[in-house]
Amino acid sequence: MDSAEKVIEAVGVRRRYGAGFEAVRGVSFEVARGELFALLGTNGAGKTSVMELLEGLARPSGGAVRVLGRDPHRERARVRPRTGVMLQEGGFAPDLTVGQTVRMWAGCVSGSRPGHEALELVGLAQRRDVRVGQLSGGERRRLDLALALLGRPEVLFLDEPTTGLDTQGRHDTWELVRELRAGGTTVLLTTHYLEEAEALADRLAVLHQGRVMACGTPAQVTGARPARIGFGLPTGWHLGDLPPLPELAVLAHEEREGRVLLHTDRLQYSLSALLRWADEHDVALDRLDARTASLEEAFLAIAGAGPADGAGR
Amino acid sequence: MTATPARGRLAALGRAEATLLLRNRTALATALLLPALMVAAWRPAMRGLAPGGAAATADADELLVSSGIGFILLFVVYYNLVAAYVARRETLVLKRLRTGEPTDLEILAGTALPAAAVAVAQCLALVAAGTALLHLPLPRRPELLLVAVALGVVLMAALAALSTVITRSVELAQLTTTPLLVVSALGSGLLLPLSSMPFPLGEVCRWLPLTPVLDLVRAGWLGGTPSAAELVRELGAVLAWTLLAVFAVHRWFRWEPRR
Repeated sequence: MDSAEKVIEAVGVRRRYGAGFEAVRGVSFEVARGELFALLGTNGAGKTSVMELLEGLARPSGGAVRVLGRDPHRERARVRPRTGVMLQEGGFAPDLTVGQTVRMWAGCVSGSRPGHEALELVGLAQRRDVRVGQLSGGERRRLDLALALLGRPEVLFLDEPTTGLDTQGRHDTWELVRELRAGGTTVLLTTHYLEEAEALADRLAVLHQGRVMACGTPAQVTGARPARIGFGLPTGWHLGDLPPLPELAVLAHEEREGRVLLHTDRLQYSLSALLRWADEHDVALDRLDARTASLEEAFLAIAGAGPADGAGR
Repeated sequence: MTATPARGRLAALGRAEATLLLRNRTALATALLLPALMVAAWRPAMRGLAPGGAAATADADELLVSSGIGFILLFVVYYNLVAAYVARRETLVLKRLRTGEPTDLEILAGTALPAAAVAVAQCLALVAAGTALLHLPLPRRPELLLVAVALGVVLMAALAALSTVITRSVELAQLTTTPLLVVSALGSGLLLPLSSMPFPLGEVCRWLPLTPVLDLVRAGWLGGTPSAAELVRELGAVLAWTLLAVFAVHRWFRWEPRR
C-alpha cells in the first residue's frame, strides 16, 4: 500500500474528555483507498472515541486526523458528502416509520440513492411502514446501515455494525460489507467480535486503553503469537513422562483441569514429536487439539487476560 | 456529484419533524389549543382590569393582542421546541444528524420549522378572529407585525435551544421552561399592562426578552405612534437578546445526552 492513496490518516491522535479522562492516547494508523480496516478492542478501549474524531463529530485534543486529505471537523462540508456513517447506537425518532426516516435522510444526502434501494440492500424493504420504535435491535442496526449507504459513500464508518444481530443477520451484513469493499468503498469498522475482524478486515489495529497495541494484517497480528497444543493424559501418566519440553520446541506449558497446554512457535515439529512419543508409549491423548494462534489469542494476550502473558489465569 | 441545497435539507428535516408533531398529542394540544385557552380564560379578567371608558377598551385591546401573540410564541415555539430538541437529543437523533451533511444551524432550524409554521398560522388565525369577532382593527402596519412575529419566533427558538442545556429529559422540560414562561407572562405585558406596574419594576420589565417583541407587535397591529427612536430601541433589544441566545447556544448546546 506504499503508493496507494491514503483515505484515512490518524497521526498521534489524542482525545481527552473535559479536563479528565484521556480515552485516546496517541493513536496512529492509515487506511488506503479500497481497504477494509478494523479497529478491534474491548469495551472502553477507545474505538468509538477514535471513530468520532474521524467522523468529524469532535476535534482531537492532540495529533491530527485526515479523511480524504481533509480535516473532517473543520472541512466537514467538503468531507461529509463523500462519507457514510453508522454510529454505535442509531439515532432515530421512534415515532417515524422506516420509510419516513429514510426519506428524511435522503433529503439530506448529496446524490442519494432511492430510499427503497437502500432498504432492499439491507433487507428491510418489507418493513417500510413500521415505526422505528417497533423494530428489533437488529433491524435498527440494518436501518442505520441503509442510511449510511444512501449517499453511495467513498468512505464508510461502521461502529459495531453487527452488535445485536443474530447469526444470519451478521453474515448478511458481512456479505454486504464485502460487496461494498469489492466495489471500491473504503471501510473503517470497529468491532469487539474477533471473528468479524478476521472475516472482513484487510488490516486491523488492536486498541487497548487508548493505544494501538498491534497493527497489521490478521496474519501479521496473529503470526507473532505461539500456536497451542492441548490434550489430556490418561491416568497414571504425568507431564514429566513426556520428553523434555525444550526438545519438543515447547516455549511454555500449563496444566489446567487435567489438561495439558503446550505453547510452541513450531507447531508441526512439536506436534510430530508429541505424537511419536504417544505412539511409542501407546498413550491415547484425550481430546487432542492443535491450532495456530488465532486473533482471539493475540487479542486476549494484548488485553492482559490471556495465558500468553505468562500470568496465567 | 452536487451537494444538496440547504433548502432541500431544511425541507426534509422540517417534514420529518412535522410528522412527529402530528403524532405527539401532547405537543399538538399545546401548540393548537393552549394559546387560545389562555386568552379565553384571561379575557374576562382583562375587562375588569381596565375600569370604564374608551381608554379602557384600548387597554383591553392591547392586552388581548399582547397575550394572544405572547402565548403563541411562548407555548407553540418556546415550550414545544424545548421538548422537541431534548427528545431528539436524548434519542441521539441530533448526534446522528450531525454525522451527515446538514450544518448545526440547519439541524436546529429544520427541527423548529413546523413549530414556527404553526405559530405564524396561529397568529394569522388570531388576527382573523380578532377582527371578525372581537372588534379589533385590522393590523395598521402588517409589515411591522410580520417582522415582530418573525423575530419573536427566532428569539424563542434560540431560547428554547438554550433551555435544553439545563433540561435532561422531556419530562423536566415542564420545570425548566417555567422561569421564562412565568417571567414573560407577568413581566412582558401578557397578563397585565406594564404601565400598571410601580416604578422601577415596569422599567426593568421593558428589557425582558419578550417585551420588545410584543411592543413591536402592538405597534404593528394597533398602530399608535411609536417614535422612530422607540422602534429602533425595541428592534435593537430583540436583536441583542437573539444574538446573546445564539452565542450561548453555540457555546453550551449539547448535541448528545450526558453519559
